[in-house]
Amino acid sequence: MSYQVNGHTVEHDEEGYITTLSDWSKELADVIAESENIDMNDEHWAVVNFLREYYDEYQIAPAVRVLIKAIKKEMGPEKGNNKYMYELFPYGPAKQACKIAGLPKPTGCV
Amino acid sequence: MAAQDTDIPQLAHPLEIPRLKCGAMAESAPYAASREHQEGLGFPGELLPDWKERALAKMEELAKRNRAFQVYLDTCVKCGACTDKCHYFIGTGDPKNMPVARQDLLRSVYRRYFTFAGKYFPKLVGARDLTEEVLDEWYSYYHQCSQCRRCSVFCPFGIDTAEISMAAREIMDVVGKGQKYCNEIIGKVHDIGNNLGLQEKALRATLEDLEEDIEEDTGISVRIPVDEKGADILLVTPSADFFAEPHIEGLLGYAKVFHEAGVSWTISSYASEAANFGLFIGSYENMRDVSLRIRKAAKDLGVKRIIFGECGHAWRVAYSYLNTLAGPWDFLDQGYPIPQHILEFTWDEIQKGSLTLDKSRNDHIRLTFHDSCNVARASGMGDEEGGQFEIPRNVIKAVCNHFHDMPRDTIKEATLCCGGGGGLLTDELMDLRVKGASPRMTALKEVTEEHGVTHLAAICAICKTQFSKVMPKFGYDMDSVLSVHQLVSNAIVLSGQDAGEGDGSETPENAPNDAIGEEV
Repeated sequence: MSYQVNGHTVEHDEEGYITTLSDWSKELADVIAESENIDMNDEHWAVVNFLREYYDEYQIAPAVRVLIKAIKKEMGPEKGNNKYMYELFPYGPAKQACKIAGLPKPTGCV
Repeated sequence: MAAQDTDIPQLAHPLEIPRLKCGAMAESAPYAASREHQEGLGFPGELLPDWKERALAKMEELAKRNRAFQVYLDTCVKCGACTDKCHYFIGTGDPKNMPVARQDLLRSVYRRYFTFAGKYFPKLVGARDLTEEVLDEWYSYYHQCSQCRRCSVFCPFGIDTAEISMAAREIMDVVGKGQKYCNEIIGKVHDIGNNLGLQEKALRATLEDLEEDIEEDTGISVRIPVDEKGADILLVTPSADFFAEPHIEGLLGYAKVFHEAGVSWTISSYASEAANFGLFIGSYENMRDVSLRIRKAAKDLGVKRIIFGECGHAWRVAYSYLNTLAGPWDFLDQGYPIPQHILEFTWDEIQKGSLTLDKSRNDHIRLTFHDSCNVARASGMGDEEGGQFEIPRNVIKAVCNHFHDMPRDTIKEATLCCGGGGGLLTDELMDLRVKGASPRMTALKEVTEEHGVTHLAAICAICKTQFSKVMPKFGYDMDSVLSVHQLVSNAIVLSGQDAGEGDGSETPENAPNDAIGEEV
């Protein structure tokens, strides 16, 4: 189970989350997004970048509410809402966006 | 994902007996636990060469140690009362999802090795050898049981399939065939303190953010304290309450209730999880280790009381086993229930009159209540029998004007599982989860058609997440599921708050305007 990016092989688990977080690159994000049928635009990148910054600081993905608040600040209320997040990432901003951002899948009753 | 291909069952009524589809779910199985996740819990990393001997030894040990398990295996007379009571059977039509058939997957092996008739005349008594095919079948079908215990209510002997399913999972764990979802999560609780893997720094940042939100919405500063030594109350709540929607809205409700009640309380970063997945895998040792974190936190912080947040199986473990697992609790104030449920606390405050509630703030909602299985069938609340059914409804009726119960044979002790309980709330089982939710969703549709019900409230983190994922497949918005304390949060007028000030909830565009709900 692996992604191919620029001639390199990047391992992932059964669900497509990369197993070594330091393997992540912007090119890889595009490859993961493609396998999820997502065409990355500026809004997708804003979410992915925020998730990565947050993870750097806290070693976990933010609550969806925290993510939405941050996007709202950056892009305004018409984009900073749950509905828009699900338009960007149909399988959920927490799980699908984390996968593209190269972060571990949030676990538990979520 | 599998859910895309799910053929959503169209049931004429919630308990419609399906046409049989033999083998329909034979391929359903969750991801296997990795070596790392297995070994982290003290289980072998892979299927061992002598797995069969180990499995039988474990089965024998369980039958000796757990009298109920042996009685359940010996007692079934195949009367058939349970056959149509499982939501997974109703949703899938696979006869191996009939509770009696699920039990027999293990019972047939037990008979072969531990009963006289099975040892000498196996074919006469439906006994069979334990083979790798049998083990794979266990792995599939014991992960199609949410351990909700609905079948046990209808069994004349009270045989509890959940106990057999837990035992089967424990046997599989000790031979090296564990499930990824549960075992990875339990490992995170042991290492970090919660299912999410949320560390103290992140927890504090999240809670500070929520405090800001409350102040922004209400103009009142309401605290959500962490690790506050000397607080009276330790709140133990599922970590989903720090992360997911609508769970977080419930947490805001608890905080507002504590604030208005004027009590001192705290969350612990060490025991920042109410859920106890040790129950789901039938592992006493793991269940005890998770529970002991709560004991240590309570002692270290010097609290007098422990209150559990909205989490179904956590309340079962707390209500039924906490004393055995992590007692005695003689250092707590004996004048209060040990432990106490947040709904008991809130209902007491409502009765005392210490909360100012404006029910009209929930007028955009026409509500029904989903009894979570582990609360309904494996615990109690308050001093009276059936308190676990009445107290949540009492609180709801104190904060909502429009409430309607779903059909009687789908609620209270006969409640239908959400379809995601018992360690099945994982994406690769989405097909099973959608099918298993169909009886509950059909019951919901009935009250939507009859009474215009728009929302369903729940008191379990698993139920909330499961419903937010599956409801869109049944024609509801993902935010049609609510936390009970979210409704409390909407209705509370905080002391010092202008009564007309916003509650933070927005009236959805699709809210019905005609007043068809009953006044409660």
